[in-house]
Amino acid sequence: MVNFVRDIRDPEHPYSLEQLSVLSEESITVDDKLGRILITFTPTIQHCSMATVIGLCLRVKLKQCFPPHYKVDIKVSPGSHADEESVNKQLNDKERVAAALENPNLRQLVDECLYSSEL
Amino acid sequence: MEGLKEIQKLEGHTDRVWSLAWNPLSGLDGAPLKLASCSGDKTVRIWEHKPSNSWECQAVLDDPHTRTVRSCAWSPSGKLLATASFDGTTAIFQDVGDDYECVSTLEGHENEVKSVSWNASGSLLATCGRDKTVWIWEVLPGNEFECVAVLQGHTQDVKMVQWHPTMELLFSCSYDNTVKIWADDGEDDNWVCVQTLAQSNSGHSSTVWALSFNATGDKMVTCSDDLTLKIWGTDNGKMLSSDGFAPWSHLCTVAGYHDRTIFSVHWSRDNIIATGAADDAIRFFVENNECDTLVDGPSYNLLLKKEKAHDMDINSVQWSPGENRLLASAADDGTIKIWELTSVSC
Repeated sequence: MVNFVRDIRDPEHPYSLEQLSVLSEESITVDDKLGRILITFTPTIQHCSMATVIGLCLRVKLKQCFPPHYKVDIKVSPGSHADEESVNKQLNDKERVAAALENPNLRQLVDECLYSSEL
Repeated sequence: MEGLKEIQKLEGHTDRVWSLAWNPLSGLDGAPLKLASCSGDKTVRIWEHKPSNSWECQAVLDDPHTRTVRSCAWSPSGKLLATASFDGTTAIFQDVGDDYECVSTLEGHENEVKSVSWNASGSLLATCGRDKTVWIWEVLPGNEFECVAVLQGHTQDVKMVQWHPTMELLFSCSYDNTVKIWADDGEDDNWVCVQTLAQSNSGHSSTVWALSFNATGDKMVTCSDDLTLKIWGTDNGKMLSSDGFAPWSHLCTVAGYHDRTIFSVHWSRDNIIATGAADDAIRFFVENNECDTLVDGPSYNLLLKKEKAHDMDINSVQWSPGENRLLASAADDGTIKIWELTSVSC
């Protein structure tokens, strides 16, 4: 399952999320019966300011790979981020996600992470 | 027993539909029902109930918004439609017979505007957004709008504003988990926060997405990302007998029914609360009159649950004006559905 997202590039490094251990085989669980996906990632540092961008990348990518009715929950792994609760809340507020993806600068950053061939 | 019948599915939007607003004068005195919808496709659509008994798109307003249109609201006269957009502006459209003309654009919010609401007399408009502020605009002759107050108090983005149905009180709910109540303190447009309903007052523990009042305005329901509804009450008699503000208090919490975020709640004239949630279901709740409310306070029962009402998250549910118990729902699947809640005798 992690194949869908393993090659996303980190916003700050020329490596993939899997290479940086942000994602692993256990990061993603899919319940096809209920149509639910839970993805948990581990930011490289406790104060990672890019955690929300990584979350956006994962959400956009999963939306492309799964049927539209699947519900996606994205979290940082427990204890991996100093502002865990607020990061998790922001990652799952779909209004903020929609607004962020309409912001040209953020959208460009997300697209670079998803489609960069510089790995 | 109650049953929910799907009347029609309205298709046309090319992205998620965020919000719905029934024209308040439609459906009355023989006028056809009219509904506005707004979407991530940056447009607003106006739908009308035709004599053939079908619903048709009457107009597509694709100007002037350049990003998602998050919310829309008709003025009490039904002549003006206000639309709030992620492009930072609020547009005012006027019904000019066959079409809708953008007659004003309200600028001021730093970024996304998320909700817009007219007061009961149509003399004031409120907007709110990601910049954590609530703006109050006075409606002047000639479609002029003047900002008379910028209310600061929320610590995170403000999701929705809603005027009280009869009193000059403004309610706002937020990502900061609170509901704030704002009133003019009697001086010249000096709007202040008169009450905050927070977790410490039995309030919500996550984002409050929406609120709605009962017909008499002495009860309010709020819905949240914490998967609960909360019912709040005030002493209407006290509000009317004096100029003082009668505070609101928590009456009960409706928990254990929703699996995912509740985005929308609407209280009908005949006291049925409808909810739309991220679990694709529509639910209806009514007050339980059987138990001893003097001892336990009021409680609410699930009347009906419509699973898979849409293929994706439901963002808005709105009861229609007029005689029939019609409900419109809007969803991430880009569709709107018109439902009728019917009583089926046992």
